[in-house]
Amino acid sequence: MKWDEFFVTGEPMIYGAMVSIVLVSIAIVVGLTYFKKWGYLWREWLTTVDHKKIGIMYIISALIMLFRGGVDGLLMRAQLAVPENGLLDSQHYNEIFTTHGVIMILFMAMPFIIGLMNVVVPLQIGARDVAFPRLNAVSFWLFFAGAMLFNISFVIGGSPDAGWTAYFPLSSIEFSPTVGNNYYSIALQIAGLGTLMTGVNFIVTILKMRAPGMTLMRMPMFTWSILVTSVIIVFAFPVLTIALLLMMLDRQFGSQFFTMANGGMDMLWANLFWVWGHPEVYIVILPAFGIFSEVISTFSRKNLYGYKSMVFSMVIISILSFVVWAHHFYTMGHGAMVNGFFSVTTMAIAIPTGIKIFNWLFTMQKGRIEFTTPMLYALAFIPIFTIGGVTGVMLAMASADYQYHNTMFLVAHFHYTLIPGTVFGVLSGMYYWFPKLFGFRLNDKQGKLAFWVIMTSFNVTFLPLFFLGLNGMTRRMYTYSAETGFGPLNLLASIGSVGLAVGFAILVYNIYWSFRYAPRENNGDPWNARTLEWSTPSPVPHYNFAKMPNIENRDAFWFAKKSGKSLYTEEYSDIHMPNNSGQPFILGAIFMFFGFFMVFNWWVGAVIGALGIFIMMIVRSFERDHGHYIPVKEVVATEQRLRGEQV
Amino acid sequence: MKRRGLLLIAFSALLVFLSGCNTLTVLDPKGPVAKTQADVIIFSIITMAFILLVVYVLFVYMLTKYRASKAAPDYEPPHDEGKTWLEIVWTAFPLIIVIILSVVTIRSTNEVEAVPKDYQDQKPMIIYAASSNWKWHFSYPEEGIETVNYVNIPTYRPVEFRLYAYGPITSFWVPQLGGQKYAMSDMVTKLNFVAEHEGSFLGKNANFSGEGFAHMQFEVLAMNQKEYDKWVEDVKNTASDLTPDEFQTLLDTKFVGRKTYTSTHLTFLPPPEGEHAGHNHGDAASKSELDQFQMDQFGSENSGGGEMDHSGHNH
Repeated sequence: MKWDEFFVTGEPMIYGAMVSIVLVSIAIVVGLTYFKKWGYLWREWLTTVDHKKIGIMYIISALIMLFRGGVDGLLMRAQLAVPENGLLDSQHYNEIFTTHGVIMILFMAMPFIIGLMNVVVPLQIGARDVAFPRLNAVSFWLFFAGAMLFNISFVIGGSPDAGWTAYFPLSSIEFSPTVGNNYYSIALQIAGLGTLMTGVNFIVTILKMRAPGMTLMRMPMFTWSILVTSVIIVFAFPVLTIALLLMMLDRQFGSQFFTMANGGMDMLWANLFWVWGHPEVYIVILPAFGIFSEVISTFSRKNLYGYKSMVFSMVIISILSFVVWAHHFYTMGHGAMVNGFFSVTTMAIAIPTGIKIFNWLFTMQKGRIEFTTPMLYALAFIPIFTIGGVTGVMLAMASADYQYHNTMFLVAHFHYTLIPGTVFGVLSGMYYWFPKLFGFRLNDKQGKLAFWVIMTSFNVTFLPLFFLGLNGMTRRMYTYSAETGFGPLNLLASIGSVGLAVGFAILVYNIYWSFRYAPRENNGDPWNARTLEWSTPSPVPHYNFAKMPNIENRDAFWFAKKSGKSLYTEEYSDIHMPNNSGQPFILGAIFMFFGFFMVFNWWVGAVIGALGIFIMMIVRSFERDHGHYIPVKEVVATEQRLRGEQV
Repeated sequence: MKRRGLLLIAFSALLVFLSGCNTLTVLDPKGPVAKTQADVIIFSIITMAFILLVVYVLFVYMLTKYRASKAAPDYEPPHDEGKTWLEIVWTAFPLIIVIILSVVTIRSTNEVEAVPKDYQDQKPMIIYAASSNWKWHFSYPEEGIETVNYVNIPTYRPVEFRLYAYGPITSFWVPQLGGQKYAMSDMVTKLNFVAEHEGSFLGKNANFSGEGFAHMQFEVLAMNQKEYDKWVEDVKNTASDLTPDEFQTLLDTKFVGRKTYTSTHLTFLPPPEGEHAGHNHGDAASKSELDQFQMDQFGSENSGGGEMDHSGHNH
């Protein structure tokens, strides 16, 4: 391969990106050296197995990816702002909408949610870490390796260009000969392995590590949502991993699973992809439901309405999520019978979702509603997500879907579910749990401003797309002519997208400003909240709970506050904690290089990488690591310092 | 009251939307299939608007009535586990709506998959529509003609489009005549349309298929039977045959304009249906089969007999 094929050339934007990547890398290296932070970085972050720090790293990665995916989105909107625009050519546009989809779903929504669940779940159930802390670090570094590998495709070799769904035969080596879709299959396999491990880890954590007295039906709703989500992950992600493996074999090893010749079946790819893809939608939405449940309950000063039906409806949704996949391709030619079945199962999901919406509304009844920033996101979710939900029911009707399918109507629909659902959810969660991690709240005024700009701009951006879709505009068109009449609404949508960018800029400023100037609060419970995580001091000491709490009911912390009784009746004792380890980071790095060599069919490098991976696994197998104990004296001293109380 | 403003905007948008329906392509049907679909869409929009109304009214009510700023300073919200009868109400409410919509969906899906009701006594006219990077080939086996990137059809006559693809999955969509369906390389899918209005309707590929996807449009020209017959006559008098070579050139060219021929590629390159379907014996429509059929075609031309065609196959 020649060097001019290796690096993507000929695009000023990409040259700019290369230069900025190099500059930022140099700046990071110089900065770390100048401030003598290499040791700090290694000790406190790269080798950490602390679920809170891993959660923070997930969230930072997600925010960076939100920026990357957002720029993709802005470029798409800029290209479509006017008819016959020449900003991007077809190939570049195709790459951008592909990476926008992949990054937003797999490298933004997923890590943001996994980050929040890392931070919150052990704290909500009274655990000192997750069940397998080392595995948790492996999960993160595999995700990070996958994300980095996917992102360098932008400057080295070229990005995938067959859509985030990568339908065959378009994504086969015959129609997509660049390495772009190799990146897709390999980077997603690596990141997907990490996600699968997270699923296993959190199922075990939630089932085995709850504090004494916290029965399943006393768990906070967010933890419930994560339990259900983890089960979906464990059932759904293996399908993706295998589909991607087959894709890799097809593209790089000459197999014929999905190709046009020799009995290959392109329809099989579509089925496998969506057997994972639809549950994936619920993997990113159910945790958001959990967050909204916590936030709405806290800021209504009232317990969650219909707890049991909330749990039950999530379980139903998780089951239904596996029997609706064919609604993504009603138009593939299966008959009315099959389409009818999938229509009914799909619409059935509206019932448990509807139950949840009403339960949230009635949680607020007779409440004492406070409009904080996290609450605003949660409140905006209800009316906006309902639009996404009802248009989903419209799309579920097979006969009508023949007219919506592949159009902007569909694009509008899923942005109306994913943004008010997932994005508002994780932002709400970020504002809500931020003080738990850092000991201060994000500035409320700036946060509200960012909220209003984001919320308004979101609707300006995506509401017009419903009408464009009904007017016959298909998705993924890189240009359209003036005669189509798509111009004005597209321009409106593009203006809205600028508003979204402004809103997120305010949000970033909000975080920056608050880090510098927000008043530090010596208060573990700044929101006057209800669940167990708020009974710890903020920022949380790395062992989380000095003593194990005793749980006697739901919202135990709330009732403890009301009655003045403490949840913590035990004596202090030594605390057993896991050791840090550099292995997960090294394993992730090897995986990244292995993946890179695989992408380019550089077998020597790939074999060395694979050997490295096996050696790491062997090393780990023979390692004896029983963790360490924090002596009781140190625990008492830390608690006294953090809680400012006499122990 | 920012939220009421929001509500107002949402509903006025809906109003504008419903009043402006006729200008939206999908809601401006020119045939019974698209009409059925437009009716389903309008019906579902009205139903959904009703649901939105219920949710929005409750939402605004809760937010205005129970905000902290309106509460007494010592007001303490009660503990409330929920009332079973209320939860039954809002389980039953969406359940009933889903049942109604399910009935509508299943009926209408069966309807749009079949030949439209008033036309079932007529034998549908068959047109094969095949996509290749990045164009559409239309073959009329009955008339023995083939066109590229445009298709003429008679009005008030059921037309059965049989779809397949040379290459990536595409989706054949003529919004004003009816919804889309995929065209794939390994099987033939079918779409039934009737045009009840004369005129030109824009058709397009709706499924992303690579570089030239945005330009993969075609015109459907619906004309009365007399004009249609005249057009067929004209084609037969003026156009030339589609040879395998010419067809191969067409397949290899990225973009072509409109073309018209007096024979179809179906004779030398059968669509992937019946014994030629991808999953019956392996490699329909692949390059190798294309070559195979070209060889057969030349062979049969020399021997002059159509029946000899299949004897030459060596699968």
